Amino acid sequence: MSSAPAPPVVTARELTRAFGPFVAVDSVTFEVRPGEIFGFLGSNGAGKTTTIRMLCGLLAPSSGSASVLGLDVARDAAEIKRRIGYMSQRFSLYNDLTVEENLRFWGGAYGLFGARMAEREEWAVETAGLQASRRTLVRSLPGGFRQRLALVAALLHEPPIVFLDEPTGGVDPEARRRFWDLIDELVAAGKTVFVTTHYMDEAERCHRVALMHAGRLLALDSVPGLKRVFPRGSIVEVACSGSARAMAGIERLPGVSEVALFGDALHVVLSEPSALPSLERSLSETGCADATVRAISPSLEDVFIRVIATAEGRMV
Amino acid sequence: MLRRTLAVAVKELLQLRRDPRTAFTLFGMPIALLLLYGYALSFDVQHIRLAVVDQDGSRAARDLADSFLQSGYFDLVSHGGDPRVLDRLFDTGKAQAALVIPAKYGSELAARRPSTLQFVLDGSDSQTATTILGYARQIVGSVTPVVRTGTGNAAVVQAPLVWYNPDLSSARFLVPGLLAFILMVTSVIATALAVVREKERGTMESLRATPLVAIELLVGKTLPYLLLGSAATAGTLVTARLLFDVRVRGSLLWLAAVSLVFLAVSLGWGILVSTIAETQQVAFQLGLLSSMLPTFILSGFIFPISSMPRGLQLITHLFPARYYLTALREIILKGAGPEVWWNQAVGLVVYGVAVLALATVRTVRSL
Repeated sequence: MSSAPAPPVVTARELTRAFGPFVAVDSVTFEVRPGEIFGFLGSNGAGKTTTIRMLCGLLAPSSGSASVLGLDVARDAAEIKRRIGYMSQRFSLYNDLTVEENLRFWGGAYGLFGARMAEREEWAVETAGLQASRRTLVRSLPGGFRQRLALVAALLHEPPIVFLDEPTGGVDPEARRRFWDLIDELVAAGKTVFVTTHYMDEAERCHRVALMHAGRLLALDSVPGLKRVFPRGSIVEVACSGSARAMAGIERLPGVSEVALFGDALHVVLSEPSALPSLERSLSETGCADATVRAISPSLEDVFIRVIATAEGRMV
Repeated sequence: MLRRTLAVAVKELLQLRRDPRTAFTLFGMPIALLLLYGYALSFDVQHIRLAVVDQDGSRAARDLADSFLQSGYFDLVSHGGDPRVLDRLFDTGKAQAALVIPAKYGSELAARRPSTLQFVLDGSDSQTATTILGYARQIVGSVTPVVRTGTGNAAVVQAPLVWYNPDLSSARFLVPGLLAFILMVTSVIATALAVVREKERGTMESLRATPLVAIELLVGKTLPYLLLGSAATAGTLVTARLLFDVRVRGSLLWLAAVSLVFLAVSLGWGILVSTIAETQQVAFQLGLLSSMLPTFILSGFIFPISSMPRGLQLITHLFPARYYLTALREIILKGAGPEVWWNQAVGLVVYGVAVLALATVRTVRSL
């Protein structure tokens, strides 16, 4: 990123974790740079949570190594826990405590007390926008508020890096957007954010995204970099009535390498951009007479599908 | 270290305050149990339905029958001279016991010749029958010499002297056992639930990611329950004093010390349960089974250890309530000092160290 590269905040080298015969994380190698939002994108069971738990010192790697803030995850787990923030996938607050009480407890768990605790509590309440709900039981807070509270609770001890495991599960889009605004603020203030998600729109907001599938890291790049898997103009959207029925026919057309259904429309990947005119001519033969065709830039989901298809083709 | 432990304890107290059910289980339950068992679990036999068959009709015979009725244990249901009514009285359950005084009882007694009384009992409830027989022996034993003395002859007076519990009240005997029972059950269940709840809700995962180490978490979590358990112990003793007139004869300080050790053992047991159970429901049942049944059956609470088969006697050593209960009876009933029950206290301490160590090791492993 910068000309004088700072040492990475997280380094994973062939990091592997097996549960019996099942390999949850399979020889994963990556680095996280200071001050970036590093996204781990993958479906459920892709190995995202297992990776994050190893990095946070909660789970020992089966083989390979990883370090966080220069500390080895296998040897210095206790020190790592002191210096990082972690927001687990499962809800990490106490429903039967108020906002303040939760903050004081989680601060206390990191050894905060007295004036520093009061100051950090103030910061947390303000940052999460919870000034009006200090004495409210967490049980009665809306989902989005709880998520923001969980995030600031993980930041009370001012860790330079925070690990967020699917932080926005089950909250509405508006709350998700506010949550991500908060993440942007943190990064602007110099924090590093490591986040796992299966939402494509969230991954789009990351500086760099690692694509995980079945325990393996299939691709790692910035979002524009990932999209360069497709040559410009090689992906078009075909909208027509009954697109689902036409899908099989379009798949067999010359010059078409992949077809995926996105809502009511089809995303068609051409083997090369020059195949577009022949596609337009052939569409009527597939029962898609009223089709509108336009070139689009690939979405992360297109990239994800392509990368997985390529990897699985290679694996077979 | 201390700060983090304190943070956990404060949090636990706040949660307890918002959860009246658990607080009640810890505080109200002991007293409710004391009332329930104190009144229901009575071994005292009273209002025994007695039939008297007096075939003699002498003054001595009337005196004997009177002493039964005046003992306070017996109610007269039938009085006559014909023993054939007894069949019907016992069959219909109208009588539980019958005193048959033979003809010439009075004159034989006056002539200082042995006379045989017949005492008939309904033996279908053997424990009650044994108790009634005991009463009858005592009355006959104490009355007949008096009768003899009245005639100016041999003065053999049998005067039983019961120590520690002079009126042989069940409540006095049961209170120490109840105390052990209550402390064990409530503290085991409360701690087991408190830890397992974190697993169930998913907060345990977040706790693991903090610098909190197992010992801080465990001490912080059990401290509030230790306090509450102590308060419940005091509450139970006060209730026992007010309602059952059970006074602590020994040192309250020693009582508190031994109880505290026992509480620590119970809390350790609860934590041990929590390392096995994954859900609150399992924790509850496991805690109940492993604390209530042994304390009830194998601690000497109800069934005396000395009358158990040898193998079972050995097994009782595996349960902490046994040590506590023995020491407690010494302190509460006899007012005995540590020189009498020190071995029970040592047993309890050894047990406590073992349980807490095992609980910590298991928790560290599961963390």
